[in-house]
Amino acid sequence: MKARVHVMLKNGVLDPQGEAVRHALGAMGFDGVEAVRQGKVIELDLTETDAATALKSVTEMCEKLLANTVIESYRVEIA
Amino acid sequence: MHAAVIVFPGSNCDRDLALAFERAGARVSMIWHKDTALPEGIDMVGVPGGFSYGDYLRCGAIAAKSPICHSVVAHAERGGYVLGVCNGFQILTETGILPGALLRNAGLKYVCKAVQLTVVTTQSAFTRRYEAGQTITVPIAHHDGNYFADPATLDRLEAEDRIAFSYVNNPNGSARDIAGILSQNRRVLGMMPHPERMAEPLHGGSDGALLFTGLVQDLAEA
Repeated sequence: MKARVHVMLKNGVLDPQGEAVRHALGAMGFDGVEAVRQGKVIELDLTETDAATALKSVTEMCEKLLANTVIESYRVEIA
Repeated sequence: MHAAVIVFPGSNCDRDLALAFERAGARVSMIWHKDTALPEGIDMVGVPGGFSYGDYLRCGAIAAKSPICHSVVAHAERGGYVLGVCNGFQILTETGILPGALLRNAGLKYVCKAVQLTVVTTQSAFTRRYEAGQTITVPIAHHDGNYFADPATLDRLEAEDRIAFSYVNNPNGSARDIAGILSQNRRVLGMMPHPERMAEPLHGGSDGALLFTGLVQDLAEA
């Protein structure tokens, strides 16, 4: 099965890249963009077939490597 | 006094760091990241600057999980001395030896220039040869040096006198102008500026040399 991990900077952590994208959008004439937050998506192909076990395992991967929980939050989707 | 300098794929300040330790009187062993143990009798570990593992995932994240880093963490937990410079500081925060994290510079630019630092505390082997409040000039060269920690952690760092160096003119958005911090036992220093690149007159200045000479001499006397 596949897992998809979304990693975002936590609310309250300045995201200068998102801010630069927001500025660029405004300069291009896209009005009404109040904020942009940039994150990353990590896709994993797993041999595991049980969704609950996969979720547990990927969550552990997030805690130990895929996200830095000092500054980032993460969300795991299993499909 | 025997120092180990860790070499990761992508390290590029390892030889500068080794030279700074040697000039200060230390014997230096270069340790490859795939080694699983530090040599016997290591007094001091240097984690150098560079772009370990290409900065993939997050700066320092992959290096922090490499085989040798388990030994570096164990060395720190035993009360051993560790100096992490630039990418080395990022690696130390990723291992959890030091609190906080280094974010992308607030100005989004890679900043490479000499900056002025204030020596905030002299209560460590790294800083005791300086004078408290002294201004020194040391180069920075980083894209992700914007120190971040939650307010409670920042308050604790200040209350415990663990901010070693701060920027006179904050170049990267770091919280409370922090350039370098100490561990609770004051034996681990992580800093974004490069003292090893300002360690002899040919570098254009030698303000960084006192960090190494002080450390090596103090450990030799201990």
